[in-house]
Amino acid sequence: MTTNNENIVLHVADVHKTFGGLHALSDIDLQIEEGKTHAIIGPNGAGKSTLLNVVVGRLAPTRGAVVFDGQVLTGKQPHEINQVGVARVFQTPEIFPDLTVLQNVMIPALAKRDGDFKLNFLSSLEDEVEIREEAEHMLEDVGMKASKDMFASSLSRGDKRRMELAMCLMQHPRLLLLDEPTAGMSRHDTNTTIDLLKKIKERGMTKVIIEHDMHVVFSLADKISVLAGGRIIAEGTPEEVRNNPKVQEAYLGGAH
Amino acid sequence: MNSIFSMSRKDVITFLIFSAVVLLMPIWLQPFGAAYPDLMQKFAIFGILAIGFNILFGLTGYLSFGHAAFLGAGSYAAVWTFKLFSMNPIPALIFAVIIAGLFALAIGYVSLRRSGIYFSILTLAFAQMSYNLAYSVLTPVTYGETGLQLALDDPRIADAAFGGGSDVALPVSNLFGMVNMNGIPGFYFCAIFLIIGFFITQRIFASPFGMMLRAIKSNQNRMSYTGFNTRPYTLTAFVISGMYAGLAGGLMAVTDPLAGAERMQWTASGEIVLMTILGGVGTLIGPVVGAWLIKYFENIFSSFNENVLHNLFAFLPEGIEKFVVEVTSMFVGEGWHLTLGLVFVLVVTFLPGGMMEGYRRIVDMFQKKDDGDGKASTKSDAATAPAE
Amino acid sequence: MDAIFLQFLNGLDKGGAYALIALGLTLVFGTLGVVNFAHGTLFMLGAFCAVTLRKLLTLEQVVLDTENLTAWGTATEIRTPYVEAWFGDFGTMLVDYSVPASILLAIPVMLVVGVAMERGLIKHFYRRPHAEQILVTFGLAIVLQEIVKHYFGANPIPQPMPAAFAGAADIGAALGMEPNVIVYPWWRLVYFGFSIVVIGAVFAFLQFTTFGMVVRAGMADRETVGLIGIDIDKRFTAMFGIAAIVAGMAGVMYTPLLPPDYHLGMDFLVLSFVVVVVGGMGSLPGAVAAGFLLGILQSLASMTEVKAIIPGIDQIIIYLVAVVILLVRPRGLMGRRGVMES
Repeated sequence: MTTNNENIVLHVADVHKTFGGLHALSDIDLQIEEGKTHAIIGPNGAGKSTLLNVVVGRLAPTRGAVVFDGQVLTGKQPHEINQVGVARVFQTPEIFPDLTVLQNVMIPALAKRDGDFKLNFLSSLEDEVEIREEAEHMLEDVGMKASKDMFASSLSRGDKRRMELAMCLMQHPRLLLLDEPTAGMSRHDTNTTIDLLKKIKERGMTKVIIEHDMHVVFSLADKISVLAGGRIIAEGTPEEVRNNPKVQEAYLGGAH
Repeated sequence: MNSIFSMSRKDVITFLIFSAVVLLMPIWLQPFGAAYPDLMQKFAIFGILAIGFNILFGLTGYLSFGHAAFLGAGSYAAVWTFKLFSMNPIPALIFAVIIAGLFALAIGYVSLRRSGIYFSILTLAFAQMSYNLAYSVLTPVTYGETGLQLALDDPRIADAAFGGGSDVALPVSNLFGMVNMNGIPGFYFCAIFLIIGFFITQRIFASPFGMMLRAIKSNQNRMSYTGFNTRPYTLTAFVISGMYAGLAGGLMAVTDPLAGAERMQWTASGEIVLMTILGGVGTLIGPVVGAWLIKYFENIFSSFNENVLHNLFAFLPEGIEKFVVEVTSMFVGEGWHLTLGLVFVLVVTFLPGGMMEGYRRIVDMFQKKDDGDGKASTKSDAATAPAE
Repeated sequence: MDAIFLQFLNGLDKGGAYALIALGLTLVFGTLGVVNFAHGTLFMLGAFCAVTLRKLLTLEQVVLDTENLTAWGTATEIRTPYVEAWFGDFGTMLVDYSVPASILLAIPVMLVVGVAMERGLIKHFYRRPHAEQILVTFGLAIVLQEIVKHYFGANPIPQPMPAAFAGAADIGAALGMEPNVIVYPWWRLVYFGFSIVVIGAVFAFLQFTTFGMVVRAGMADRETVGLIGIDIDKRFTAMFGIAAIVAGMAGVMYTPLLPPDYHLGMDFLVLSFVVVVVGGMGSLPGAVAAGFLLGILQSLASMTEVKAIIPGIDQIIIYLVAVVILLVRPRGLMGRRGVMES
């Protein structure tokens, strides 16, 4: 291994995943450095989402393990994985449609405190002043303060994504996984999101981004891994990846 | 602000109004002809049952079809306490709530491993098992078809120790030998529990715990990926809800000390669901309103018979009268359940939020009218307002 | 051993009924994605088709015989069913065979009921949550059973089986065992055979007709089939009608074994849901297999020897199996992955 091990926050070690006879992931070995933004790109069906699902515990790998900050995540429940500091933004926003925007953003903070269980039905939500204020700040940061009392179901798709991002940020995760955070967004919204993600980068949070939009990838990523047919075919800085003939072939070949 | 009783002003007002409405029942129910103790006791007891069920279904979205099992367990526990310990209702209720809670813990622990329809079927299966067992093997405990009743030679150790009770007549449950639990005192006894139960529900609704439950209903997946271990939350809601049912079952035994297995049948579970839906699932007051409406109309409709109908429609020409009586008789008396089923189908289809949604729609309608530019269009507004 | 064999046989007819109801439930669930709590009521309605037909067939003509006076000096009343008066021996046979003949009545009636139910109510619930589907069909079930109660009363109405099948078959003797040990009522045998035929017919229909192919494709992947542009709505309505007919016929033929009353459907529904879950939600072979399996298990559990070991087991065996299956193998015996799993 070329990189200094102490800086590795997430290590996907030799992961295989098969569905029936189909090899969705083979020999995946990924090392993500602390504080960096790592993009995973690849044609459709390359196994990107499967990889994320393995990391967050939605799928169990057929072989191999996921290690986060020295702890093996494989075999843990999704909520346990979140509690050690891994948060995820989904491709289709996973939010609480029946609750208000403010409540949506407050819940992750409450989860950090009461996630394992707390029967506090004698206290009132009104008393959660700190969390409420933090949530309001967060909404201000993502530019959604005005809609804090709206029901989340009535938000536009772009706003839902932004809110989901805010929800994840409320937990101050050490690792944030983003599954196509700008898919289906207008150019303007995409740029806003890029700025927002850059801001988070300054805070030193590690991010793994799956993205189709090369504009997003090249403006954010410190390092890129290219996935094709369930294997990593190239890895390196954006410059290296851009100039890699293998990548051009797989990517353009897959796109046609 | 951080005291135990910190409540929003709106909650305090709701609570005070609710308490007043319950306590003044003997007065305001007079014009409806419903101010007699038996019926009012039912109002209070089924109110408790419905708000308890709502904590589970309304907040978490888990539809239990086996809640009657907890009701039955509560009743049996209470009657056994009467038989063995004392006719005082307090220990009977404590025991009823504890037994129902334990029962709910066991059933919930298993059933909550699945969600959606599987959960409904698991709870249904457990309730049917309880019902079948109550009728067969458990007869020594439940007295099967006869039902569990008081007997003259029951030990009642606490009462015996204090020399209470007579040897000639069956005792009536009484509060420390002072107040008998039938009639109006019985109603007030139940009413106090309804008010306490309502208060606790109100607290749950306003608490972070309540919001977690709502979030589970809204998107359980997101809850997991947000770091929530959802099962203890749903299990707690299930147990609390089972304890409410146990309390209701206990109160049934307090006001009328016998317990039968039919209280555990799944149709009884269905009735609990009906009440909650009719009133408005997930709302604070809805389930109580639903319980009251169903018990009130059950009472009115079942008392109708052909004679009453003939008198009612006597003004019509004979042929028409006969026809009208024939048709209406399908819906009253024995046919009350038909009316109930129809209303239920209509409510689920057109007003899934129940009476409370209807109420909200009407309020919205009037508010829209006020907001609009005066009296320009009153009728056309009404048609468009409910859409939201 | 003989006793076990006998109980095994006894489980077959009940198992057949479970399988037929579960089959319809699964069809409806698989094609429409609707959890139909009113499905048991269709079984009950079928049973009451038999009751109705028998009532009609036994309507009597009264002839006063003034020659023969009764002890009170009034004319003797000679009552003959109209059908006998009109058709003679054929009429007598018709009355005798009223139960199987009711199938002819049940098929159109159940088709109409099924289609009306789907078009009138259930189609509005395709896109609504399962909880609401359960609730609305539960309400519908109450309505239907109360209507039946209004017209037929609350008591069970026994239906005689055709005289030719009233006896019992000595199966033991036929298989070369001792006579009079394994004696099995003919009608139960008929019911078992009937259920096999109907199940076979449904499977053949799904297997060999284009209609069936579309339905099967729809069960496997509803969205894709919709995308191909096949008018799936009409087929689904028809599927609902078929499910209703199957349930109705199952109800008709079951009447000699269990006198029908208005809540017959609810009793069977709860069990049938358990059957569907055990078999695997959405799996037709699973529903059939689980139906027979549970019917036989229930029958075995009601043996005195078994009850002596575990008291009350006969009362709860089915539910117990369901609980265990749901916990260890939530997909059921033959269910596909991802059906109704969150």
